[in-house]
Amino acid sequence: MKLLEKLLSHCRQKSPWLFHMNSGSCNGCDIELVASIAPRYDVEQLGIHLEGSPRHADILCISGPVTYNTVAAVKTVYGQVPHPKAVVALGSCAATCNAFAGSPTVVGPLHRHIPVDVYVPGCPPRPDAIIEGIAKAAELLGYPERRKPLTDEDVKDIPACGGACGAAATEGETSCK
Amino acid sequence: MQITTAILRLLIFPGLLFAVPAAWLFLYIERKTIARMQQRIGPPLLQPFYDFVKLLGKEPPQHRSIQDLLIKVWPAISVSVLLAALALIPVFPSKGGFSGDLILLITLLELPSMFYMLAGFTSRSIYGKVGSMREASLSLSSNLLFLTAVMMIAVGAHTFRLSELAAPTASPARWLGLAAIILCIPAKLRLNPFSTSSAEQEIYSGPLTEYSGSDLALWELAHGLEWLALSGFVVSLSFPRTGFKIADAGIFAFLCIALVVLLATVAAATARFTIDRSVRFYWRWSVALAVVFLVSAVVFRG
Repeated sequence: MKLLEKLLSHCRQKSPWLFHMNSGSCNGCDIELVASIAPRYDVEQLGIHLEGSPRHADILCISGPVTYNTVAAVKTVYGQVPHPKAVVALGSCAATCNAFAGSPTVVGPLHRHIPVDVYVPGCPPRPDAIIEGIAKAAELLGYPERRKPLTDEDVKDIPACGGACGAAATEGETSCK
Repeated sequence: MQITTAILRLLIFPGLLFAVPAAWLFLYIERKTIARMQQRIGPPLLQPFYDFVKLLGKEPPQHRSIQDLLIKVWPAISVSVLLAALALIPVFPSKGGFSGDLILLITLLELPSMFYMLAGFTSRSIYGKVGSMREASLSLSSNLLFLTAVMMIAVGAHTFRLSELAAPTASPARWLGLAAIILCIPAKLRLNPFSTSSAEQEIYSGPLTEYSGSDLALWELAHGLEWLALSGFVVSLSFPRTGFKIADAGIFAFLCIALVVLLATVAAATARFTIDRSVRFYWRWSVALAVVFLVSAVVFRG
């Protein structure tokens, strides 16, 4: 049984499939992510593969400061990625809201809504940094119990919202209450 | 065919025990060839195996309705149907097989594409439905060419028995038929330039958009088995046997891999056709082949 678990953990680390989501980003990080999965960097050596559907994915790459309009979608897509999963916050916006902090239409940063495992700071981050971030998230996929869930500290003070719900997404939840 | 040999063929060679690793190898060769075409190093040898095990270890989706159960059923039937098809492929034509097994093999090769379509419709995803409709029109048009070619080969050899077909008497009709079958394989495997039904940039993953975990793993496996079955089918009808089993198996494997490399190279070198252009492509070639077929039938039969 131990051997099987080891094999599974190894395979999970060797085959991280990505789903990319824009939560109101300026597109800078999105362009860099696309550049990092293009032939020049050859991420297929690490087994990395960009998938079209969140249901196929292991790692959710989210860029942008999380706007009112996208927060429900972020949570839905997070719920659609089957366990075990990891989240990579692309760029400074997803980490801190960057230049958009304090905007009335922004409810970020990302870690207030879903648990984030790896931050890739930069505005935009370089493709090398993105690949390193994804590789770290892939390592984490092998040990799903090491992921940190959302804490009360993360979710406090979330402004009352129109389309967004304000409550933290729990595991497997797909819609906004 | 004896029942024991049938079971051995289904479970050991060329069935489950042999076919699954071979399918992974073919998927690897496909990906590696595309990577080399793009001047990349490409995935490690075990990548398809890693993907398969990882997908098996994903959290299973919750099934509630009958549709959700059907979604689980399609990939499982596809894999088993393809294993049965592999068992029929005449790598070593002995006196095995039965009269008309060519028709059974063609049917078995065709079923996975139908289950793929049904999977898209059952998933109730809009992308799945669009993908399934594209797969349906593509399969209707490419099958016209495929079936004409198979008929041409069978009529040329006066038999529907695979073991007799596999001992080829090289005739122009056979080579023309095999070339036409190779032309159909990209559509059947959903490779570029005929990858409209799973066009990632337009409709996500087409019929497989809603799939995850072990069901998706089975679809990946089915894709590898389809590679194996289709290339094995073409190759087994195309090379003269030496009489030594080991030499035959070696030539067979080499030619299969060469075919995979060829098709993957074409896939890497081409862009995607729109659905109407792919349909038109196959209808044109089918009409051309059908005319040649009719003329040759009239001329050679006197």
